[in-house]
Amino acid sequence: MEALLPVLIKTLFIIIVAVAAFAPVITWVERKQSAVMQDRIGANRADIAGITVLGLLHPLADVIKLLTKEDVVPTGANRALHLMAPLIAAIPVIASFGVIPYGGTYHFGDTTVNLVVADLDWGILYIFAIASIATYGTVIAGWASNNNWSLLGSLRASAQMISYEVTMGLSLVGIFMCFQTLRLTDMGVAQDSTFRIFGFLEHLGLVDSIGFLGHLTLPTWGIILQPLAFVLFLTCVMAENKRPPFDLPEGESEIIAGYFLEYSGMRFGLFYMSEFIEVVVIGALVTAIFLGGWTIPWLSQADIIGGVTPIFGVGVATGLCMILHVLTFFLKVIIMIWLQMQIRWTLPRPRYDQVMDLCWKVMLPLSLLNILVTGAVILWIQGAKA
Amino acid sequence: MSAPAVFFYLFGAAAVISALAMVLNVRNTVASAMSLVVTMIALAVVYVVLDAHLVAALQIMVYAGAIVVVFLFVVMLLNLRRDAFSRPRERLTKLAGVVFALGGAFAFLQLVPKSLPTVQAIPADFGSYAAVGRALYHDFVLPFEVSSLLLLAAIVGAVVLAKRRIS
Repeated sequence: MEALLPVLIKTLFIIIVAVAAFAPVITWVERKQSAVMQDRIGANRADIAGITVLGLLHPLADVIKLLTKEDVVPTGANRALHLMAPLIAAIPVIASFGVIPYGGTYHFGDTTVNLVVADLDWGILYIFAIASIATYGTVIAGWASNNNWSLLGSLRASAQMISYEVTMGLSLVGIFMCFQTLRLTDMGVAQDSTFRIFGFLEHLGLVDSIGFLGHLTLPTWGIILQPLAFVLFLTCVMAENKRPPFDLPEGESEIIAGYFLEYSGMRFGLFYMSEFIEVVVIGALVTAIFLGGWTIPWLSQADIIGGVTPIFGVGVATGLCMILHVLTFFLKVIIMIWLQMQIRWTLPRPRYDQVMDLCWKVMLPLSLLNILVTGAVILWIQGAKA
Repeated sequence: MSAPAVFFYLFGAAAVISALAMVLNVRNTVASAMSLVVTMIALAVVYVVLDAHLVAALQIMVYAGAIVVVFLFVVMLLNLRRDAFSRPRERLTKLAGVVFALGGAFAFLQLVPKSLPTVQAIPADFGSYAAVGRALYHDFVLPFEVSSLLLLAAIVGAVVLAKRRIS
């Protein structure tokens, strides 16, 4: 049994950073991004004594507005399930931060610091399991509202989420094969190195030595080893999050607001927040799996600690490395959030059958093909080695 | 009692209670289906306590995450009310349920404690995806492939049945 205190500190840290710091700012980024894309100024009205801070007070105004609104339960609705649904939607999203590593493992003398709340051997499976629970929040919300538009929205949501879960799992199988693990911390360590771009020529015996080309290296990041998997996985998790262009379950032009149509006040706020927290989860997950996690490209942990130790000693060097890694991780998460925002405001919403066709007729075959090719290449390389 | 044992009994009890809630709640089929989800999740926690991590993850992904969602889907579309179940048959089913439950419990208590194997030390990688994967794709690869053929036949059959006109 691990000591409870470090786990609590790590949990608090990730919750505060992701839920209390990232999510409100993202609502502001979303508004500003839409303003930029639509040639407007954007959120800039909320102020305290005339000070607007670039519109950053809008999240605060949002929260005050939602908290003071009336919490309506429609007539004929199933009261208990209606009240519970936003919680069922929000809790799994927050719980998925439990296995996402935001830093590596660091040794300070005898104590070892491991920057992940729960370093599970089956980390990715935990994420998949948790993500599949989140479906219930939307399904129950739609049904318990006693509104046909809501029910349509939740039916759309459940079909869409189940379909994309299949491809989401399969798109990562290539990654499992490359890194030989399901543990997210091990994936981070595996991505903390580089490979020679033309090394395969030497490896397969095509040339004796590749000479100066050996200096051309790339980090062993998931996105470089499995570019197709990156595209597939990002599409699937965005469809899981039901944000545009995959916001068919909300589809305001067709079914008003879909599954959360009958929600008001802070219960609507919970749906709204869990969507934005999931944007952070997606950013963190894609970073951990495809963008090298906390690692700095071309500068491994051993290099940093080895380089700084002669000047400041091992303790300071390790601490510095830890801070650099955590900052790198969150920088990558910010880049991924920006990418999601860009996609969200660029693409229009497709028709519902097009979304399902995309999943079953394009993404699923492509992810199976990816597994086949990855397996063949790995066997080929192993054969060449032997 | 150690922490795993506390979790075992806590979630074991939760599984039993939610399973009973599922069966006894005939008034609201959706709430009943949600009780089934709670049962699945509680069972998954029990599996985690018993070191069967892969089974726990699959339990939630497959049963709670996919199969029961489809149940819910159907139940919600049918929109069943209390009067959809006729009274006398309900009483008869309850009686049959009690008889079978008591009989099952009796048989369980008679047979299971005798047939339980003695406790052995479990291997270090017990229940991990690596151990299960080795068993499935290496030790028992032929039965595994045969069962996948069976599933394929079931999928094709489902498509043929569901699709009226195959263009």
